[in-house]
Amino acid sequence: MSSDAALLEEIGQDYKYGFHDNDEKYVYKSSKGLTREIVETISKQKNEPQWMLERRLEALEIFNSKPMPEWGSDLSEIDFSDIHYFMKANEGVEKSWDDVPEYIKKTFDRLGIPEAERKFLAGVSAQYDSEVVYHSIREDLEKLGVIFLDMDSGLKEYPEIVQKYFGTIIPSIDNKFAALNTAVWSGGSFIVVPAGVKVEIPLQAYFRINAQNMGQFERTLIIAQPGSSVHYIEGCTAPIYASDSLHSAVVELIAEEGSTIRYTTIQNWSNNVFNLVTKRAYAYKNATVEWIDGNLGSKITMKYPAVHLMEEGARGEVLSIAYAGKGQHQDAGAKMVHLAPNTASTVLSKSISRDGGRTSYRGLVKVAPDAHNVRVNVRCDALLLDDKSRSDTYPYMEIDNKDVQVGHEATVSKIGDEQLFYLMSRGLSENDAIAMIVNGFFEPFIKELPMEYAVELNRLIQLEMEGSIG
Amino acid sequence: MSETPLLVIKNLHASVDGKPILRGLDLTVNRGEIHALMGPNGSGKSTLSNVICGHPNYEVTEGEIHFMGQNITEMEPDERAKLGIFLAFQYPTSIPGVTLANFLLASVKAIRGADNVKLLPFRKELVAQMQELGINQDFAKRYVNEGFSGGEKKRCEILQMAMLKPALAILDETDSGLDIDALRIVSEGVNRLTTPEMGVLVITHYQRLLNHIKPHKVHVLVHGRIVQSGGPEIALQLEENGYDELLKAHGLEPAGV
Repeated sequence: MSSDAALLEEIGQDYKYGFHDNDEKYVYKSSKGLTREIVETISKQKNEPQWMLERRLEALEIFNSKPMPEWGSDLSEIDFSDIHYFMKANEGVEKSWDDVPEYIKKTFDRLGIPEAERKFLAGVSAQYDSEVVYHSIREDLEKLGVIFLDMDSGLKEYPEIVQKYFGTIIPSIDNKFAALNTAVWSGGSFIVVPAGVKVEIPLQAYFRINAQNMGQFERTLIIAQPGSSVHYIEGCTAPIYASDSLHSAVVELIAEEGSTIRYTTIQNWSNNVFNLVTKRAYAYKNATVEWIDGNLGSKITMKYPAVHLMEEGARGEVLSIAYAGKGQHQDAGAKMVHLAPNTASTVLSKSISRDGGRTSYRGLVKVAPDAHNVRVNVRCDALLLDDKSRSDTYPYMEIDNKDVQVGHEATVSKIGDEQLFYLMSRGLSENDAIAMIVNGFFEPFIKELPMEYAVELNRLIQLEMEGSIG
Repeated sequence: MSETPLLVIKNLHASVDGKPILRGLDLTVNRGEIHALMGPNGSGKSTLSNVICGHPNYEVTEGEIHFMGQNITEMEPDERAKLGIFLAFQYPTSIPGVTLANFLLASVKAIRGADNVKLLPFRKELVAQMQELGINQDFAKRYVNEGFSGGEKKRCEILQMAMLKPALAILDETDSGLDIDALRIVSEGVNRLTTPEMGVLVITHYQRLLNHIKPHKVHVLVHGRIVQSGGPEIALQLEENGYDELLKAHGLEPAGV
């Protein structure tokens, strides 16, 4: 057996990270269900300014008044009264790794976080349930004036900036889950990159749902000032639990003139998590926003990263992969809203379904009447690994301008007998052959990832394929 | 043990989608021998190569295939490959997103055992073999067969043969789609790679490949059965007379042109 395979076997034993810490280690844990009192408690626990409490309460009302979305996936199994909306693992935010409690370190260890941190640590913000437990910023980032904090600290240290931008890209009224997030948000990242500063190393955060029935509602706000650039990476894993969990994040990006934001997500929620995320960016003059979005795991994912191209020369890109296995539905896509002339957008979506899993591409391309000379390119490729799996494409186009170049291409293919036979005739086992075909299919995505993540994703795919046969 | 034939096929019947293609085929290939299998279109040439390698769409309904004394009739394709059987495909499929180098590394590891493959010597060997076959090194980074011309695909098949060093190499219409120069390079490659320990089965419609790769024995396949076996002279006769006479002799309609 190869050393790679041996390593894989070892990982396989922990695969899906089916372990969890003792809940009793939590300093504070709210009772189940969502009430005005719980929202007030969260705000009080965090010592928030009055305006944030008001925003939360207003959002709670919107959440309660909005019906469940009836399009997309079936969300009827979510029981909002059976979820803990807030938990706190320890007091305050850790600055030094030494202060992080041992049992939390152990959990991170098994997820391989310290290693990644050593390798290119530009500032780690590791979300442990609702509270950030470890956060450090490398000195040179501080020297450059880059703000990289967890959202709670961001609110404390830069209340004016947060108040100015919070909820401006995704207001509570946008959708039921954005309202829910606004009411009970905790953690997430707050990043401000000053004008002209290019952050060379990706900023990373790790997220992990830990306690049973606990919702995770992180809130992220990234502001790239004119001429700056930043790459933010989040990777997610979660342990297996018997009952359902809810993850509902809100991510707001603001790319000012001439700036570039790349936001990379690799997500591997356990198969009982409802993952309902709202991600949206505003790209101003000549700015570029790229969403690199990998959706593995979860029970249901509904996620459509959006870029609003606000001013001339703005560029938006979504590059996403989705993988749906047994009992999973990945309803993912992209939204490109062209509000200005000479703007361009590209969407490349690749999905794989197997063992009865279902993937959907749901995308919107919108071009405003005065947005001329717009270029749009959408491509969705779906690969089915067997006959019982499913893939659908729902491309919506609202184009109110004639001076637009739109390319749209969608393909659905089944894994080919000829490809399998070809690889197996060269000595590869059926599992390895499938894994190779799948890796190749995802290659346009994988090659955009930093090496560590690419390796990890290849491994995850290999592990998934090992479980797929026999 | 050296007397054990490399490949023994006994009374082989095989069908696709319930339709019989091979109808009682016998063939023995010894080490050090090059066999040519000729026959008109639809006679079952490609079916035979697929069945020897274990293609799942082909069903063996009767008979047996033995390789180095072992009955392989029911084996998976990867097990057969590990025993040393190699097929140079007539129409190699593309594997998007997988580079030729990674693909070759994975298959060389699978065949030789991962512990026996070190990255640097592998690279060296790959580069050397690519040079021998006149394949630009950039191809190592290209996706397997994707956007390759017919000739490039065939060269890459021979490259795989060079890297995997099989005991039995089956060349399925490797000459089809090749111009005269490519045919020469590919044939030279095969001749260079053929050792006295190996057996080679060349499947071809035309005689021209056999000007370059000299067979010890030539067989003619008609309607799923070998109807004639002999020396290289048979190929020349076929070249002269075509397949029509043979087909008529077996009560079959000549193939349209």
